[in-house]
Amino acid sequence: MKALRDVFGETLVALGKTNPNILVLDADLANSTKADKFAVEHPDKFLEMGIAEQNFVGVAVGLASLGFVPWLSSFTVFFTHRAVDPIRMLVAQTHANVKIGAAYAGLLTGLTGKTHQDVEDLAIMRAMPGMTVLAPADEFEGEAMIRWATEFAGPVYLRLARDASPPVFDSDYAFTPGKTYHLREGYDLLLISTGPQSVRCVEAAERLAEQGISAGVLHVPSIKPVKTEEIVTACEPVPIIFTVEEHNVFGGLGGLVAEILAEHLPKLMIRFGIEDRWGESAPNDFLLDQFQLSGPRLSERIVNRLRVAKS
Amino acid sequence: MSVKTDYKELEVLAQRGRWLVISTVAGSGAGHVGGPLSAMDLMVALYFRVMDVRPQEPQWPERDRFILSKGHSAIGQYTVMALRGYLPVEELKTFDKGRSRLQGHPDVTKLPGLETSTGSLGQGLSVGLGFALGGRLRGQKFHTFILIGDGELQEGMIWEALHIAPRYKLGNLTAILDWNGLQQFGWLLAPGEKHRGDRRDPWAGVDLKTIFEKLGWRVLEIDGHDYSQIVPALDAAKKFGDSDQPTIIVAHTIKGKGVQITEGKFEWHSKVATKEELYAVAAELGVEEVGV
Ligand SMILES: Cc1ncc(C[n+]2csc(CCOP(=O)(O)OP(=O)(O)O)c2C)c(N)n1
Ligand SMILES: [Mg+2]
Repeated sequence: MKALRDVFGETLVALGKTNPNILVLDADLANSTKADKFAVEHPDKFLEMGIAEQNFVGVAVGLASLGFVPWLSSFTVFFTHRAVDPIRMLVAQTHANVKIGAAYAGLLTGLTGKTHQDVEDLAIMRAMPGMTVLAPADEFEGEAMIRWATEFAGPVYLRLARDASPPVFDSDYAFTPGKTYHLREGYDLLLISTGPQSVRCVEAAERLAEQGISAGVLHVPSIKPVKTEEIVTACEPVPIIFTVEEHNVFGGLGGLVAEILAEHLPKLMIRFGIEDRWGESAPNDFLLDQFQLSGPRLSERIVNRLRVAKS
Repeated sequence: MSVKTDYKELEVLAQRGRWLVISTVAGSGAGHVGGPLSAMDLMVALYFRVMDVRPQEPQWPERDRFILSKGHSAIGQYTVMALRGYLPVEELKTFDKGRSRLQGHPDVTKLPGLETSTGSLGQGLSVGLGFALGGRLRGQKFHTFILIGDGELQEGMIWEALHIAPRYKLGNLTAILDWNGLQQFGWLLAPGEKHRGDRRDPWAGVDLKTIFEKLGWRVLEIDGHDYSQIVPALDAAKKFGDSDQPTIIVAHTIKGKGVQITEGKFEWHSKVATKEELYAVAAELGVEEVGV
């Protein structure tokens, strides 16, 4: 079980050996994002840009125009909030070949608290025309996405959780943009999730199975683009859908699925996530419990919700 | 305003503060150490000698304002505030643990006595500028102090504030630069390069003093660990409150100051002391009750 940030650093190190165009630009967080591994292996291709996120986005755009493939290393919040204007105008609107390695995504940011917990990034990045938005669940998917993004010509936003979660894929995993993945089949309900939250959904589904409830889990690693028909097909057989995300319930995965179902398959859909409030500094277990996103809390909530739906 | 020239009391407080920082971070399993320690003497001087504040009445309208713009050093500020009586020292143990008033970065919605929230670097000076401007417009006499980091100084927003403050002639605004020569990751030292830290000084070879002066600031340069320089400089800045020029105090400091294993080491930016390290630090700082 490997943390996504280690995967980030190690995959870039490997790619740096074969792809002469890769550069890593860091905004003084390389020892957190693990881009420092790249700094050690490829010191001449590692550019420390200091604590100046807007500037380094602009610099990356300039480098990309010369055929380089710049990977940016910072925390999610400093991209989608501090540097959102250059990301929007310079990267997205010019379709620049810039890769945004957004580390410490979501709620679990190592006790740093609400200033560092980005619960709005999917909504912001998804609303940007031309942006690819990816959220890997585990180390295998993370590595595949980094490799894919490096080859892809255009801007990519990669949402990377800080800590490790038990893998749901293996080294045979192949990434296809837009594709969704059935992590578990079920006929009473479907859980739709993204990033490492999908792993916690599988845990919830296992708990539900013990109570005689058959829950499927659909993992949506590609928030944009997304294959609409795959989501519709997955939702068709079940009477109720739950979206679950480490993100505000507004505008993220829940928003995405709601948009699709409203147009193609109107049916009961419940959004689980962060209910429009800010996070706080606390250990991961505490936060997952507090925001009811852990496997046990999710299964309880679902049982309660099904009871309401029945009555 | 300070009249005392005996700084022993402040040194003792800072030593206690340093222990509380490193032991609290160890107890919570995460947090920053180097930055809080480099700023400890500056914050002790502000809270104990220079600022007019009422810990029992934190919203007192005439209070001097302080913003820790380098918000990752929050545990340093909480510690000094606890020693000053804003909160029980015992409460430091709740740091980062969930449902605490002591968040990883200062949260104005949680702890009375804080003036704004910080944590995303580079934003405190702008808010302080607003305090100072508002104080002028309201005819209030309080002074505003903003502590910024030397790594933080790379953020463009600080330069936006540095540009505009002299234009509004804000003598009631004082920025303090904690120039400890290290940030979180930074740059490697060149072979043979000498420095008080183990990575390159982010502003090596840059004449910041002259740059600030040319932008219109009054610049005072001090050793940020010598109270006989810190207190008079802060006092002087406050006395300039009615003048037509903001002040910036360039404080030369050492990251991780006051604890052998942390001084000048970039990795101690954010690091948790082991039990063995804590015992060694306790012995070094003369702490009897280790309680780890
Ligand atoms: C906008 C922003 N970018 C990055 C960070 C992550 N970060 C926290 S502290 C730090 C280094 C700060 O260095 P400095 O200002 O010199 O502080 P000190 O040395 O006093 O700890 C970084 C990069 C942040 N909190 N905010
Ligand atoms: Mg510094």
